[in-house]
Amino acid sequence: METTGNIISIKGLYKRFPMGKDVFTALHDVNLSFGTGEFAGLIGPSGSGKTTLLNIIGSLDVPTQGEAIVLGRSIGKLSPRESARLRKESLGFIFQSYNLLAVHTVYENVEFPLLLLNLTASERHKMVLDALEWVGLSPKIKSKPPQLSGGECQRVAIARAMVKKPLLVLADEPTANLDAANSHHILQTMEKLNRELKTTFIFATHDEKVISYLKRKIYLLDGRVDNEELTEAI
Amino acid sequence: MKTAIKLAYRNLIGAGLRTWLNVIVLSFSFVIIIFMKGIMTGWDYQAKTDMTNWQIGGGQYWHEAYDPYDPFTFIDSHAPVPAGMLEEIERGEAMAQLIVQGTLYPAGRMVQVTIRGIDPAQQVLQIPTARLDTLTDDIPALIGSMMAKNSRLNEGDYVTLRWRDAAGTFDATDVIVTGIFATNVPAMDAGQIYIPLDTLRAMAMLPGEASILTFRESERQRPGLPGWKLMSKPELTREVDELIKTKQTGQTVLYGILLLLAMLAIFDTQVLSIFRRQKEIGTYIALGYTRQQVVGLFTVEGSMHAVLAALAGAAYGVPFLAWQAKVGWTLPMEASEFGMAMAQTLYPVYSVGLVATTVLLVTITTAIVSYIPSRKIAKMNPTDALRGKLQ
Repeated sequence: METTGNIISIKGLYKRFPMGKDVFTALHDVNLSFGTGEFAGLIGPSGSGKTTLLNIIGSLDVPTQGEAIVLGRSIGKLSPRESARLRKESLGFIFQSYNLLAVHTVYENVEFPLLLLNLTASERHKMVLDALEWVGLSPKIKSKPPQLSGGECQRVAIARAMVKKPLLVLADEPTANLDAANSHHILQTMEKLNRELKTTFIFATHDEKVISYLKRKIYLLDGRVDNEELTEAI
Repeated sequence: MKTAIKLAYRNLIGAGLRTWLNVIVLSFSFVIIIFMKGIMTGWDYQAKTDMTNWQIGGGQYWHEAYDPYDPFTFIDSHAPVPAGMLEEIERGEAMAQLIVQGTLYPAGRMVQVTIRGIDPAQQVLQIPTARLDTLTDDIPALIGSMMAKNSRLNEGDYVTLRWRDAAGTFDATDVIVTGIFATNVPAMDAGQIYIPLDTLRAMAMLPGEASILTFRESERQRPGLPGWKLMSKPELTREVDELIKTKQTGQTVLYGILLLLAMLAIFDTQVLSIFRRQKEIGTYIALGYTRQQVVGLFTVEGSMHAVLAALAGAAYGVPFLAWQAKVGWTLPMEASEFGMAMAQTLYPVYSVGLVATTVLLVTITTAIVSYIPSRKIAKMNPTDALRGKLQ
């Protein structure tokens, strides 16, 4: 796998949360960078800070101290409108519990990010069909999430994250609710998209199945980067 | 906005029964408000039309002493018809009435009445005064159906009438009821008895005199007449306006309760949505919405209940309202008991303004009620929302 240029640069990052009268430090002096096309994972047990870090990279949260620059924009300095724009235009999210819009069809769920980009109906239609084909869900286009299996729901979520061809996809425990066969299917799909579209994937996980697919493994422990492993040249 | 409307529509339709229950409750508000307001407009229109046709014409001159609410003023409220009006009366464009207080003795009972002397040939008012133009040697009299019912008189009955003439002498005679008419204007029926003008003038020894002059034409600017008060049509119908305004105030309470019920349902749905759909809210934010945009989306979603309710209301309301406009709404009680010009059956009158105002009022109220709970979203932490953590 080849990568070019840093799209994420994290320097001296701290994140603290008030806990009653005390303060809980979720991230301690995190320094990391990610290049284009990486297939990387933040690995660690519950409470290690991987989701918090992923949320900051995804501009859903802001650092308490330090800097997180994502696609050239400093997350801590973005206005709500600017961070929404960053998410809308350049980021894709995949969640553990899929977070699909239950009353919308598969097509409408995948179309949603494109509605925010003000594309024409024909452009949206083509892009949605392409995305559903990538994840092998074209026959389920009119189904609603409650009619799908867990694996199918997560594939819809992947299609929704990928439909606008973002530069960066953030996946938080994407296989946690799936059985082994579905997990591998999902991961193979994401690996293929990473390879073909050069999209950067960053996972937050402690699932061995996911870890086995990662090209770069960043181990977090108590909010600090504990160790880092590369399984393929970046 | 277009996206918000599209999403809100999908969310509402997707929510199924919950949406339709709210929509149906809200649509009742639309239809009932329009119907009740239509009834009021129709009543106002009917009351004024009936008053014009039966009582006030295009306006009146009152003798300056005349007060319809004080029968004691009748003794002095008469004067010769002004020369300026004679020609108009001659042409049939105006008519004179002499009003004298009297007492009727039907079947031995005593009933206080207002004796109205009226020209049998007049055509300014719809009172069928031609029924006074008979060949009988007796004095012909005309009464309204309510008066006939209360005094138990029928056509052809003789009844004793007592009055006081200009000299203050009481006199009495029998009159024959030559006609009974039905009117929606109680002021021209209850306690009123009509006899030919010249007969009453002779009985009261007031030749050529009148108490009120009614003219047909309401548009023309009229001069003041010495000793007479000019009463324009709007002045004469002011009481109707005031009564209807009072009734409308009462009805506003009813609309308020109806709207309150509908708004409670919407508010409840919104609050429930915001708690139950936290993950969805977090997802919207993750996919590129600002929190303010999500507030907007939920507000549009709530407000769209009003739009759907307007459509649903139109589906059953238009045929219902059109049918009511045709057959009218018959009052369950005697309309004459209201003491004002009110038909037993009221025909609602709807206008574009009435429908537009109602739709606007309900939609704006719904938007406000939808916005209030949605503001909570603006304070939500998106990462907590994504986890569905109660905030």
